[in-house]
Amino acid sequence: MRSFSYQRATDPDMAVQALSAAATANNPLTKATAQPLAGGTTLIDLMKLDVMRPAAIVDINPLARSWSAIEPGSDGLRLGALAKMSDVAAHAEIQRNYPVIANSLKLAASAQLRNMATLGGNVMQRTRCSYFRDVSYENCNKRNPGSGCAAMDGVNRMHAVLGTSDQCIATYPGDFAQALIALDAVVEITGRSGTRSLPFADLHKAPGTTPEIETTLRPGELISAFSIPGRWPRSVYLKARDRQSYEFALSSAAVALDVQDGTIRDARVALGGVATVPWRAREAEALLKGQKFDDGLAQRVADAAFADAKGRRHNSFKIALGKRVVARALQQAVTMEI
Amino acid sequence: MSEKSGSGPTGFDRRAFMAGAAGSALVPMTARAAAQDASVSAAQDPALPVDVTLRVNGKDKRLHIDARTTVLDALREHLKLTGSKKGCDHGQCGACTVLIDDRRVVSCLTLALAAEGQEITTIEGLATDDHLHPMQQAFVDNDAFQCGYCTPGQIMSAVACVKEGHAGSEADIREYMSGNICRCAAYPNIVAAVKQAAPEIMKG
Repeated sequence: MRSFSYQRATDPDMAVQALSAAATANNPLTKATAQPLAGGTTLIDLMKLDVMRPAAIVDINPLARSWSAIEPGSDGLRLGALAKMSDVAAHAEIQRNYPVIANSLKLAASAQLRNMATLGGNVMQRTRCSYFRDVSYENCNKRNPGSGCAAMDGVNRMHAVLGTSDQCIATYPGDFAQALIALDAVVEITGRSGTRSLPFADLHKAPGTTPEIETTLRPGELISAFSIPGRWPRSVYLKARDRQSYEFALSSAAVALDVQDGTIRDARVALGGVATVPWRAREAEALLKGQKFDDGLAQRVADAAFADAKGRRHNSFKIALGKRVVARALQQAVTMEI
Repeated sequence: MSEKSGSGPTGFDRRAFMAGAAGSALVPMTARAAAQDASVSAAQDPALPVDVTLRVNGKDKRLHIDARTTVLDALREHLKLTGSKKGCDHGQCGACTVLIDDRRVVSCLTLALAAEGQEITTIEGLATDDHLHPMQQAFVDNDAFQCGYCTPGQIMSAVACVKEGHAGSEADIREYMSGNICRCAAYPNIVAAVKQAAPEIMKG
């Protein structure tokens, strides 16, 4: 690991100031010379791999005093960005009213990592693309813009089939983000000029021609909270993976439904493990609204969710698998007792 | 696990032998000369070691270390608490699991600087006097290891697993212990050990 200066931020202003100090050298944010440290489960790992090379680390853990509240309310839920994954997953009201959130967190990583990792850091985690993580590969457009992509014709079994570009097919690895994007979450961002809010769907950027730019966060900005409108007791997170536990998704689905008298009033479908960014399947959702559920509808919805999918040499199986995951998640959501 | 088991019947101490044999390789990174230390409230000079006080198994330990030092390296290389093991060093195997403020974490991805002011409990801190912790005893009773390298991490994780309330069924134990990899695949016996120790630990 390369050496760095370490600074502990005791309040948000201090954190934002320290992270902004090297602003000119901070673009893109993924290569910023100053990086915030929360749980450290991505950052320290990638620093050991020499993938991330910050000259300065700003430890924002002391901000947890004001940024880690879990606040379920009558009209929605607010989650502090420094709340730990394990605490949110274990929260009784979240398990009851937002099972898709609780289960997306519970089914991620290991108990140890969930005790460390924060919600804000979780949505900012970097891809697990093995060519991105191994610096002996020169050609990674995410690490070395313009250098090419070793995954295109390499071993790409784990890679994305949606939202890809001819520059990058790296999968967004997280689970929680699918729940957030499905539930129309809003992300609260704290920066030099105070706080701003952004639909969570606008936080991540598809790779396009600039895979090194992963989010719309600006240098010196920190995620301080997430807000989720409404309640979604009829919601499911289903995750298919190579192992039963402690593994990234091959394909996952976050599904939330509002069903009244057998008719689907509102429907949310988001996909994980198959896309370059947290992925909302809006065309699929549209097919559900106003309908009564049956297996044929589930199949049409699943087909619509993957209509634009593009498989490569080793990952085409994700299209067939992903459709089954969507159909089964819908089935589970429709039949769950609430 | 107990103090007594450190030396074999012949009095041969594997640890002392290895430390002696590899002595030159164990010179800490912080041996670089330092004119003065920087405080962590302001950004410190990355070239200089920093002073850190870690609270480990109930005792304060003052360290003069490189800012890059993880809790795992602080324990193993600086405090000679080599019970916590370095497996992958990337948070994937769980061999380095310790408790920080009673929560299980992987010490290989925790910077020592970030753990200042928190209570670190390692495998060396579990036993009391001559009595093994119930989880240690359960691992012995159930033959819950073969090579033993993952065992300290398994035991620390298992203690937390029980206290979290995640040891109610075999399925729960398997799910909530999945962050600890055993390459000898002693899993059935590990599950049995956790099941055995759980009631005693919950009893307090």
